[in-house]
Amino acid sequence: MFKKLSLLLCGALTFGAYAEQTITIATVNNGDMITMKELSGDFEKRYPDINLKWVTLEENILRQRVTTDVATGGGQYDVMTIGTYEVPIWSKQGWLTELDELGEDYDVDDLLPAIRSGLSVDNKLYAAPFYGESSMVMYRTDLMAKAGLQMPKAPTWNFIRQAAAAMTDKDAGVYGICLRGKAGWGENIALLTSMSNSFGARWFDENWQPQFDSKAWKDTLEYYVDVMDKYGPPGASANGFNENLALFQTGKCGMWIDATVAGAFVTNEADSDVADKVGFALAPDKGLGKRGNWLWAWTLAIPSSSKKSDAAMKFISWATSKSYSSLVADKKGWAKVPPGTRTSLYQNPQYMKAAPFAQITLDSIQSADPKNPTVEPVPYVGVQFVAIPEFQGIGTAVGQQFSAALTGRMTVEQALQTSQRLVERAMRKARYPK
Amino acid sequence: MAINHSNKSKLVYTLLAWGISGMLFFPILWTILTSFKTEAEAIASSPSLFMFSWTLENYSDVLARSPYFDHFWNSVVVSLGSSLLGLLIAVPAAWSMAFVQTKRTKNLLMWMLSTKMLPPVGVLIPIYLMFRDFGLLDTKLGLVIVMTLINLPIMVWMLYTYFREIPHEILEAARMDGAGIKEEIFHVLLPIALPGIASTLLLNVILAWNEAFWTLILTAANAAPLTAFIASYSSPEGLFYAKLSAASVMAIVPILILGWFSQKQLVRGLSFGAVK
Repeated sequence: MFKKLSLLLCGALTFGAYAEQTITIATVNNGDMITMKELSGDFEKRYPDINLKWVTLEENILRQRVTTDVATGGGQYDVMTIGTYEVPIWSKQGWLTELDELGEDYDVDDLLPAIRSGLSVDNKLYAAPFYGESSMVMYRTDLMAKAGLQMPKAPTWNFIRQAAAAMTDKDAGVYGICLRGKAGWGENIALLTSMSNSFGARWFDENWQPQFDSKAWKDTLEYYVDVMDKYGPPGASANGFNENLALFQTGKCGMWIDATVAGAFVTNEADSDVADKVGFALAPDKGLGKRGNWLWAWTLAIPSSSKKSDAAMKFISWATSKSYSSLVADKKGWAKVPPGTRTSLYQNPQYMKAAPFAQITLDSIQSADPKNPTVEPVPYVGVQFVAIPEFQGIGTAVGQQFSAALTGRMTVEQALQTSQRLVERAMRKARYPK
Repeated sequence: MAINHSNKSKLVYTLLAWGISGMLFFPILWTILTSFKTEAEAIASSPSLFMFSWTLENYSDVLARSPYFDHFWNSVVVSLGSSLLGLLIAVPAAWSMAFVQTKRTKNLLMWMLSTKMLPPVGVLIPIYLMFRDFGLLDTKLGLVIVMTLINLPIMVWMLYTYFREIPHEILEAARMDGAGIKEEIFHVLLPIALPGIASTLLLNVILAWNEAFWTLILTAANAAPLTAFIASYSSPEGLFYAKLSAASVMAIVPILILGWFSQKQLVRGLSFGAVK
């Protein structure tokens, strides 16, 4: 009787071990993620006992949904696409599973140090980067030549102003510079926070005291409002990534400072009128030791509420591996390989040849340091954001003030004073310093 | 002279009606046209209304990338299910409020309506936790329940308004002839109030079809309706307007067709008792 029971138990355990599992993957709608979904048949071939279900959403909706789920332990998702902003906050809350079983051939040391550092807490990796990006200057080589200027590889903000003035021809509908103006912590604040780092500004001092009353912030915002007013396109306060992309692709912008991922769009002959006239340079600086570029990565992580973390770990290992890059190169071409995550990709001559913006992307990512983002010391992590839960709220509120300054509804001084007041109030309510 | 003046007013009102209708319809027309453009044409800074190279590529891409018919079926089940379940509760509730009033009825009606004034996000966490604990996350049953509860105040109010227009004497006559509550509701009240009930049902199907807060939060891969299908085509970084428009057209066409065929019933029901 005992023997029969043991056999039955063993059988059940064996069946359990090989039972099919379905994991739900929440992801954002962008080209690289869509490619991942398209190629996921390769994963299912390797792991026939694991089925995949996809939930693809717009970034902000996805953020709202996965935040609700992870905070309440809903367990709806087994793999979540999250950004570098969420990873340090969520891992400290115990909401993410440590990625410690990615496999022997995963080569975690191949991950770019700047990216890996932003995804690790106490040297433990909590999310694997799917693609990484920084920001850079994209400029029209023909207009630059016409203006009699040459873009340095690492320009200063003074040069950018000079070039913007020389390239602007409002009668012909050409504006020297296009920058984000739409209010939001991931919109104008991403640009202006990165920019302010290079001007020597910071969001908080070491005691979490807001710093919008500093000269460095005044210089940053005055510069931004001034160049956009004189050389920027009309209605710039409504422009985000997509609006500026459309302007640049149709030849309306002389320069555009934005995400490195845009390099592939502006050089794509199918969509861009200026595909063969685009040059790239590092984000500008003021000679203070920090450049005005950001650092972002879309990553794959496992919520601690997932009951299928083993299968989820296998999927993440597949999607962020070197062999996945080779698979994409094989099926879609090297230019379509998700950028900004692995050192080995930038040592691959085929990739470097296929992606003219690859070196600038690598240099930009490597020059960003999320743990020391500013000239003066700060108590927070993050280049274009402050990795605290309150930042989404205060970032957007400050973004609205800066957007108002751009439209002229308030002065630079008023925008900074209001920002200082509202951030002070929010931090007091949140009881900082903690 | 009087006839001239009347004709002029008629012309002005007709033009005004057409103008307003045009303004309301223009975004839908724009979405339909964009769905036939290439992504580059969709974001062009000087967009063309009709002179572009028409393509069906966006529709084929969307159909290849997403399980449209699964989302469509989920929308049908959730909107019809919640509207029918809502009617089942709202008809007796509205009957009692219209014909068996107490001194608290008005307050109760106002309280019901006040729940619609609460921002949904205010009750997000408790509802999410209840759904998690009862295993209702990402299920059609869960969405039917939440949609019913959300739209119930409007259903009760609409039906209450229709029922109030029905003379009490008719129901009293039925009672005197020996009708019970069941007969009174099913054989007397419902046939008279049918236009109102039909328009309540239709309006709630439309409201449930278009609801995009709870349907996005409470679903993942299994019960996601067409609102989630649309949301999967928006992106802050990249070209997506044409595909998003194609997805939007595919999501709104069924409800537009339903609205078109039932517009007579809808208008009749919504204006029931408005002019005496």
